[in-house]
Formats: sequence, C-alpha cells, structure tokens
Amino acid sequence: MTSIEIFTATDLACTRGERRVFAGIGFALRAGDALVLTGPNGSGKSSLLRILAGLGRLAGGRLAWKGAPIASDLAAHRARVHYVGHLDGVRPALTVAETLSFWCGLADRPRTHLGEALDVVGLGALSDTPCRFLSSGQRRRLALARLAAWHAPLWLLDEPGTGLDDAALAALAGLIRLHRSAGGVVVLSTHGALDLDRPRFLSLAEFRDRAMVPA
Amino acid sequence: MSVFRAVLRRDLSLAMRQGGDAVMAVLFFVLAAILFPFGVGPEASVLARIAPGVVWVCALLAALLSLDRLFQAEWEDGTLDLLVLSPLPLELIVLAKCLAHWLVSGLPLVLAAPVVALLLQMEPTAVPRLVVALALGTPSLSLLGGMGAALSLGARRGGVLLALLVLPLTVPILIFGAAAVDEALAGGAVRAHFLVLGAFLALALPLCPLAAAAALRQAVE
Repeated sequence: MTSIEIFTATDLACTRGERRVFAGIGFALRAGDALVLTGPNGSGKSSLLRILAGLGRLAGGRLAWKGAPIASDLAAHRARVHYVGHLDGVRPALTVAETLSFWCGLADRPRTHLGEALDVVGLGALSDTPCRFLSSGQRRRLALARLAAWHAPLWLLDEPGTGLDDAALAALAGLIRLHRSAGGVVVLSTHGALDLDRPRFLSLAEFRDRAMVPA
Repeated sequence: MSVFRAVLRRDLSLAMRQGGDAVMAVLFFVLAAILFPFGVGPEASVLARIAPGVVWVCALLAALLSLDRLFQAEWEDGTLDLLVLSPLPLELIVLAKCLAHWLVSGLPLVLAAPVVALLLQMEPTAVPRLVVALALGTPSLSLLGGMGAALSLGARRGGVLLALLVLPLTVPILIFGAAAVDEALAGGAVRAHFLVLGAFLALALPLCPLAAAAALRQAVE
C-alpha cells in the first residue's frame, strides 16, 4: 500500500434537470481504500457513482486519477472502471456463460477467467442455463461476476448487495477484500450491511444544504 | 475489432434465439405487398406498373418494424451503460448493431423480394435489378433507422416517433430505388440510379452512427 492518493474528487456538483442534487463533494482515496456512500433515497448516490464512472455529466468540480484529470482522457478512465449499476444488464435469451463472455468481449478483455469468476459468485453449475431461469439474486450475482472476470483498479458499485443471500454477500465481501489488498479502490453505496474492513464513509445528505444554491 | 465482433455475434445469436424479428419482417413484407392486388384490382398491367414502388414501400415499412427495439432493450436493462464504457468507440458499436439488424431484417427482405415481385406480375427480367437496388438501399434503411432509434430512446410510443423521424429521410432511397427498377423495365440504363443509392449508403455509413452515438451518450447521462 502506498500513501499517495490515487483517486481524488474536488468540489463535485450534480444537477438533474433544474435541480441541484449535491454540491461541494470532495474526497481523496488511497490504494486499498473503500468509500461507502450513505444518504437517504434521492440524495444522489447513484448519480455520483455514474459521474465517477464517466457516464454522468458533472455540473462542477474535478476528478483526477493519480493526479491526471479524468476529463482529459475519458476513454482511459472508463477502461479502469468496473461499474455495476442497479440494472443487471442480463438478457433472458442468453446463457450465463454467454452473458459474461459478451461483457468480457465488450470490455476487450481475454475470456480466460470466466469459469473461475462464475465459481466465485456461485454460478459455476449454472453456466449453460439461459438467464431467463435465474432468480433476481442470481442475476445480481452474474452482474457481480464481472468483478472477478477481469481486473480493473476502480470498482463503482451501486447497491451491490441488493437481493443477495448471506453466502453471496460473503462472496462479495471477499471479492472486495481481495481487490483492496491488491491496491484497488472501491466506492459503493449500500443500505444493507456489507462486511468491509475499515471503510470510509461519505454522507451525501450533508451536501444537500449547499445544494439549495440555485444551479 | 474483437469488440465489434462480440457485439455483432451477440445480437445475431439473440435474434436467432428469439427468432421473431426476421420472420416477422419478411411475413409483414409479403402480406403487405399481397394486399395491393386486393386494393387496386387483379389487372396484370396495373400491378406490373406499380410493382417496383409497392415492393420498395413494403420493404421500407418492414425494415422499420423491428428497429424501435434496437437500443430500447439495452437502455432498459442497463447494457447501454456497458456499451458506453467499452473501449471501442460507441459509433462503431452502433455500426455493429445496425449491421446485425440488416443481416437479421434487411437481408431476408432482399431475398424475399423476387417472390413478391413475381406475385405482383413484375417482368422477370427486371427482378435482378430490383434485388441489386434493395441490396444497396436496405443497409441505408438500417443505418437511418438506427439513428432514429437512438434519438427516440426513452420516448413514450418511441416506435411511432421513430417512423415519423425516419420515413421522410428515406424518400430519396425510395425514389432512386424504385426508379432503378422502372428504368430497367423501360430498357434504359440503371447504373446512375445504383450509383446514387451507393452514394447514400456511403454517406449514411459514417454519419448515422455518429448521430446515433451522440444521442445514446445523451440518453445515459
């Protein structure tokens, strides 16, 4: 672990339509850090995660990876991100293995660890099952299998524990622990309990007051 | 290029599994064309006269039929986020999806066109020209449609909006596509018509994915 901050955010602001969702958010994460976003519904946790992934539009502030602003090379930033949103992106007609293989192909990564990745999330025995037969928890596990299928230094997880049983939650916590010990960074939002080792917290509710300033 | 292949392969295998789109487009094409003899009467000379236009209009509408789902499902299930995050430029991903749409919906129309043309009493000698004209014109339809599908993403009744956006843009293709067959029937030279259709395709090939990708980026924000 180094002590240098690798992922920094300064004075982030987000607007949805005419409404300021949050403003003035900042953090600096070091290798191995986990940041948990908290806050009531509608406080902008998902919006912030999409912005961090380079998907959402930033209304103000700046993001930097190892000192370089991500806006200057968005493609490079997107390549270092594992983003798991609240939609699983699972198509009923494809099998479990085909789905993960497509995601791998889409990210232009080798398909060498697909079997292991499915085993990690407990879907190894279902790899040839069409996704229409999966439960919502199993779909979630499949989306999370991306995390194990290829390496990306920055994980952005939107409510990753939704619909997961205890075993899957433990597997997810294990994945995150491994990722952090290898120097990875994870930012996630969660309402449930996820067993994380010394996470940092960011309460988005605190940044709402400043959000009253008209955009 | 492997990302391009991955998108293409996935869309094709989805189309094969679900099966509906290709069969539906061709059936619609044939049925819509068969309605014309009922509407205008069975007189062979009248049918032969309108056959090129009828085939083209029906092909146009059939190609539109499945277009509204081109990005809608991706948008609803979150796959669109992953498409945007992919290292391959979104424009090329759009191109792969349009190509898949053409292979699934456009190509079967080209292959079914001779049957429909002969049903409508078209001179058999003009049928090869019709097939060439459709082969040049239908890829442009898939590209224009892909642009419309991206623009109408998330709109209520997106399918109707898509048709309103795309149909006016297809008029030149319709004019030169049908005129090529008319010209062939009259014994004239059709090369110029084919060249114009090819020029449309050459224009649509870079421009439509560019516009579609911009619309998709807006949609994920």
